Amino acid sequence: MIKLAGMALIPDLSGALYVPDYEALLVADLHFEKGSSFAARGIHLPPLDTRATLDALEAVIAARKPRKLIALGDSFHDTRAGERLDPADMARIRTLCDLCDMIWLTGNHDRELPTGVGGNIAAQLSLGPITLRHIPTAPDGTMEIAGHLHPVASITRHGRRVRARCFVGDETRLVMPAFGAFTGGLHVLDPAFAAIFPKAHFTAWMIGPRAVHAFPASALSP
Amino acid sequence: MTQRVSLPPVFQAWFEARNWQPRAHQLEVLHAAAAGKNTLLIAPTGGGKTLAGFLPSLVDLAKGAGGQGIHTIYVSPLKALAVDIARNLEAPVAEMKLPVTIETRTGDTPASRRIRQRAKPPDILITTPEQIALLIADPHAAHLFGNLRFLILDELHSLVASKRGALLALGLARLSTLSPALVRIGLSATIAKPETLARWMVPQPGAAQIVIGKAGAAPEIIILRSLERVPWSGHSARYATAEIYEAIKQSRMALIFVNTRSQAEIIFQQLWNANEDALPIALHHGSLDVTQRRKVEAAMADAKLRAVVCTSTLDLGIDWGDVDLVVHVGAPKGSSRLLQRIGRANHRLDEPSKALLVPSNRFEVLECEAARMAASQGAQDADSMSVKKLDVLCQHILGTACAGPFQPDALYAEVVSAFAYNRLTRAEFDRAVDFVATGGYALKSYERYAKLKPHTDGTLRLAHPKLAQSYRMNMGTIIEAEMLKVRLISRRRGKPIGGFGGKVLGEVEEYFIEQLRPGDTFIFAGQILRFEGIDELSALVTRSTATEPAIPSYAGGWFPLSTHLAERVRAMLADPRQQTHLPEQVRDWLGLQRAKSILPRADEMLVETFPRGKNHYLVCYPFEGRLAHQTLGMLLTRRLERAGAQPMGFVANEYALAIWSLRDLSLLLEAGKLSLDPLFDEDMMGDDLDAWLQGSALMKRTFRSCAIIAGLIERRQPGKEKTGRQMTVSSDLIFDVLRTHQPDHLLLQAAWEDAAEGLIDARRLGLMLKRIKGHIRHKPLDQVSPLAVPVMLEIGREPIYGEGHDRILEDAAAELIAEAAGRA
Repeated sequence: MIKLAGMALIPDLSGALYVPDYEALLVADLHFEKGSSFAARGIHLPPLDTRATLDALEAVIAARKPRKLIALGDSFHDTRAGERLDPADMARIRTLCDLCDMIWLTGNHDRELPTGVGGNIAAQLSLGPITLRHIPTAPDGTMEIAGHLHPVASITRHGRRVRARCFVGDETRLVMPAFGAFTGGLHVLDPAFAAIFPKAHFTAWMIGPRAVHAFPASALSP
Repeated sequence: MTQRVSLPPVFQAWFEARNWQPRAHQLEVLHAAAAGKNTLLIAPTGGGKTLAGFLPSLVDLAKGAGGQGIHTIYVSPLKALAVDIARNLEAPVAEMKLPVTIETRTGDTPASRRIRQRAKPPDILITTPEQIALLIADPHAAHLFGNLRFLILDELHSLVASKRGALLALGLARLSTLSPALVRIGLSATIAKPETLARWMVPQPGAAQIVIGKAGAAPEIIILRSLERVPWSGHSARYATAEIYEAIKQSRMALIFVNTRSQAEIIFQQLWNANEDALPIALHHGSLDVTQRRKVEAAMADAKLRAVVCTSTLDLGIDWGDVDLVVHVGAPKGSSRLLQRIGRANHRLDEPSKALLVPSNRFEVLECEAARMAASQGAQDADSMSVKKLDVLCQHILGTACAGPFQPDALYAEVVSAFAYNRLTRAEFDRAVDFVATGGYALKSYERYAKLKPHTDGTLRLAHPKLAQSYRMNMGTIIEAEMLKVRLISRRRGKPIGGFGGKVLGEVEEYFIEQLRPGDTFIFAGQILRFEGIDELSALVTRSTATEPAIPSYAGGWFPLSTHLAERVRAMLADPRQQTHLPEQVRDWLGLQRAKSILPRADEMLVETFPRGKNHYLVCYPFEGRLAHQTLGMLLTRRLERAGAQPMGFVANEYALAIWSLRDLSLLLEAGKLSLDPLFDEDMMGDDLDAWLQGSALMKRTFRSCAIIAGLIERRQPGKEKTGRQMTVSSDLIFDVLRTHQPDHLLLQAAWEDAAEGLIDARRLGLMLKRIKGHIRHKPLDQVSPLAVPVMLEIGREPIYGEGHDRILEDAAAELIAEAAGRA
């Protein structure tokens, strides 16, 4: 369990975050239709990432049964993703919006959302004392949960290195891992994270196949 | 043998001026090729093979056949060789005053020269398989190759084993159509089955005429009889350093071959420490900086060196110097490789080449003995051939479209005329075309982005000329592992300093660097280095004062034991008569095994079970090479887990596999709760293998190569230099999505077929399981057996498998908790 602003947050193996106080499920960086975005350039990546992402999303919703579903931006890989979306996948997204109270936060990839996806759209949102937004930006002292950076971390034991997606945070903020099937990762020891965790005093909650494990920054491998 | 073409006077005079006689096989090739017959010359190194290949072409050109476009193409697997071959050829051409122009064309040839070559082609073009593919993808290909008369394929035996060979096979199929008058001349070292190679190089059905060159004197192979104790395990051969050094001192120039780059580093270091006479000894392997390697080669050619420690980088190629001794440290893994390497010494056919084999551990004594016997008899390993590579086919289809519209029916007929593709079904071909056009997905969502568009005349055409540019930038079948430059930075006050700058020592596989932690030491480029961290594309290192590297090895360039030698080693173990000329300490070791356990018969597989410490061990001896053993280990641990035997991990070496568990395996076997026959049943190659492969890093690495070769992932984009690290969508993610959502995708099939013969060696494992069925011999023991000692010693030295990601994370988390508790 992760605590932020006194609130209990439960990291899920899928990369989602459950907030029991609000019965809310948070996911970041779904990047729907990332595969097809390459096709126009002649790179025919499998047009299957949206359904793979939806499979995972439906599974975690079935398990946690949240009242609210909040996507922290970059849910669609680009503003024309909606045109490429398979009608069957579109129908599944709409069903999710019917199933729970859906809020899409906008991200740098999806300043506009495809028409007809359902749910509500916002730039940011408050969950009690915590602000939810796409890009981590809060000044010191205020609390936020964000996405955007796709954090991953690695650890070495017995001569073997394990790299995994992770939640990363300190007393004031938490950055969520990317949820999408085709989303890569940025290592938490990358300088991009130093901007928000200046003294590298953070914890990485690494996602294993069976459990989420917490490590201080000092225990991680580059 | 009637109507022999005689050598034209100008050639005759040239030979005589040098006091040379054309060799019988050179004339035979000339006669066959001049009569328009495709010819395969099998001859050992030093047999004047290259000249034999060029002779028919030069004789034809001497008659005035030149000046009408490319007349002859010479293809070699080595880019570096092209320039040397051209130089060697220019001498006789100049001396005979032949009206012949010669040029080279490789990846390093400047674009301006390539364009000129197209406008004004030379008579003889010396090039690589990749350039052939690029030229046939050119819209002017029909014109370029219209007058091609001769195609010389050098080192053909080594080419056909790789995907580059598959690419060349498809190129040859295309040339049958483009150059109807073409005569092919293949040049090969001695191989087990020349007949297959003779078919490989010509359109099917059919075969090239085989010419066998005179065999050289049989090599003199000696196995080092060390006065020192040969160690149980390990690969450093440290015990033999003084004796190797002595052998170097006794010779003019020695080539010291080893199997892996890390071994090269270690041996070099050891020799350096022993080098009291300051002999010039150099190091040569694939990870070293290219300029560094060229320097070593030049120094060899100038006879400035006394010894070079090298890997397979010096297996092929022209003579760099007057080598009079080949030392092989570690077992040679195959008799063909040993013969090839021995051939590097003493290139005069009538004198025997001399070789010294230095086993690095006791099992290797057996293997060296098997290799010595095989090589003395000239017995070759089974040839390997790259067959029906689907990813290469996809690349070829796109290349064909770059040259112009094509009829699928005609292209299919052309492709299956290649021996390497003659078992390709029409359905597989159509799937490959579909993949090239739209990615080959069940979900037909990319029709509007298709790369190939059907035309009313039934042809398929390239949708956009940009695609041809991208093809040219990404074609080729050599996929390097993701490499990081190793950059030496300085330390000040115990801290590494300096971001940019710093000397580049070479390149190393990313996965090796990834397992290091800052502060770890390893050996590279002849020195012990301390790992400091990674920046964008480099591993940053500093000099270390450590005398022993903490991280023992990176396994670059490692070969498995050949099936042929494995059989010989098994036969040697089974038959005491074959053990008489083994060193005494090895005979004692085997005698002890016979007394304490069993020496299995040649057709048997021994399984020993015994307790040791807190664990119970199962050790089996399939002798099928480390890759097959690792796969077997993965599969057996799954089965033992299901049987409730609680396996904890395993370790594999070339000869054996050891699995340990918490339960008493002897007891389980005795009580019938565990049974060896079903445990080793072939059915493990089905679901168990499949399930394991889903998450296997080896499979993902194989998939990545296929995806790049087939063109799904671009290595380079016009205007951008992208590296693997920056690839936009990782191939692992693509693999996962395809596995789940389209398991029958063409690339998964291609990757599976590659892995089966490559990194997981499933084919060999399958054959082994069949071989041992009903022939498993179990011996329960109270303690470790003499034969098991080597593999048991690998524990802790080699990575231990069978621990999942979670286990590693859990262990790391538990350590932290213990640490915190200790402090509290």
